[in-house]
Amino acid sequence: MKIALMTATTNPIIHLHPDDNIAVCTRALSLGQSIEVGSTQITLSESVEVGHKIACQSIGPGDRIIKYGAPIGSATMAIAAGDHVHLHNMKSDYIPSHTRQARHGGGGSKT
Amino acid sequence: MIGLQGIVRQDGRKGIRNVVCVVYLVECAHHVARLVVSKSQSDRVHLIGFPGCYPNDYSLRIMSQLTTHPNVGGVLLISLGCEGFNREALEATIRDSGRPVETLVIQSEGGTRRTVDAGLDRVRSLLEATENPELVPMGIDELVVGTICGGSDGTSGITANPAVGRCFDRLVAEHATCIFEETGELIGCEEIMSARAATPELATEINSAMAKAANYYAAMGYGSFAPGNAEGGLTTQEEKSMGAYSKSGSSRISGLIKPGDVPPSGGLFLLDVVPDGEPQFGFPNISDNAEIVELISSGCHLILFTTGRGSVVGSAISPVIKICANPETYDRMADDMDINAGKIIAGTASVGEVGNEIYDSVITIARGSESTSEALGHQEFLLTYKRFDAIGPACLPQR
Repeated sequence: MKIALMTATTNPIIHLHPDDNIAVCTRALSLGQSIEVGSTQITLSESVEVGHKIACQSIGPGDRIIKYGAPIGSATMAIAAGDHVHLHNMKSDYIPSHTRQARHGGGGSKT
Repeated sequence: MIGLQGIVRQDGRKGIRNVVCVVYLVECAHHVARLVVSKSQSDRVHLIGFPGCYPNDYSLRIMSQLTTHPNVGGVLLISLGCEGFNREALEATIRDSGRPVETLVIQSEGGTRRTVDAGLDRVRSLLEATENPELVPMGIDELVVGTICGGSDGTSGITANPAVGRCFDRLVAEHATCIFEETGELIGCEEIMSARAATPELATEINSAMAKAANYYAAMGYGSFAPGNAEGGLTTQEEKSMGAYSKSGSSRISGLIKPGDVPPSGGLFLLDVVPDGEPQFGFPNISDNAEIVELISSGCHLILFTTGRGSVVGSAISPVIKICANPETYDRMADDMDINAGKIIAGTASVGEVGNEIYDSVITIARGSESTSEALGHQEFLLTYKRFDAIGPACLPQR
């Protein structure tokens, strides 16, 4: 696995692999902010924190979410370019994820 | 580059520290052991122990490996007297390793005060007996380095973890032994990982270990995924896995080991920490420090710990070097960090440059400089009940 890292001084996201349909934020970004992925311009539909993912293309329900060029789960609904991609619109293909407050797709909550 | 120096032990391995361990053999002896350690007022005296009264082959084996670890010079065992831990076997193993060892039984000594007094006396003699050891030249190829991530977030897998991977590639190229671990945190990476195995038979063993981890987590209903991971932007186990996987670098995988197995040669090894048999006794990885203890039991002189959310832990016996992935976390918790890998997303350093910085830190700390967690007095330790079967011959093809 090779990870191509672009420097983030000008662009506040990292698109880790050419096959990825998401990018990772390297700075907190706000609603309406416009960013560049490759030659495409996308506008954020919500505010997103450092380390979180945004869709850099439209993703259909059930489509694989690709990061590092590898699948990291599937979309549970339609996701538009510029949307925050997280527990509310994707899930693991292996095992449910847990948060402090809520159960996501069964199992217990790890505290 | 200035060479390393180590303390040569009877089994030929060399230590980069010279710790005196005070070991409680059941929770009932914990407080007495802790008093002995704190009253000794020496950074060289570390507290380790096992809480359970019921005997367990795994805990005896791990404790035997830890008390004969090259970083350990002498040992005081503290028993209540009625617990199931086989203190005679452990004492014999330590003595056979050429280390000074003493055992105190609280019920025979006559209670807390008498055992603490006797314990302090024994620790003073152990410190004296292990003072000013002879240092001999030590090659990079004699160094064993482990890695773990804790408190991961969306930055871990793009900064600190791939930088540790670069450091590992460099160490493996110089014939050091590098160990990455936690098959449960690698779920989703089976195929790309087994493709790096030295032999097809080892690839099969890696795939079996991964299937065991997936099965274990499915039975428990939990992944290795904490609430902070999601708050930091990670959504799924396999996303966290891909990030964790990048700590392994790109070297060939030379073997699959289990806790307490010391790799027979240099190279990159995967440590399987998920118990064998039917899922029992709770989580396979109760916390980061349980995994650090297992890495040390497999001979690690040093641990590279990457964190995004911000962990503060260190460890007994072997120094922990903390590599902070997230520049915002680094700003908040710089006093607890050794390396700022957040520079990578700030755009002021490359993955390779931070990898070299980690490598230099390994050498400096192996030569005796304190890591941040050592300087702050962190000596966390956790050993719990587990069960493992011995590894098969295909797991170590080079032996």
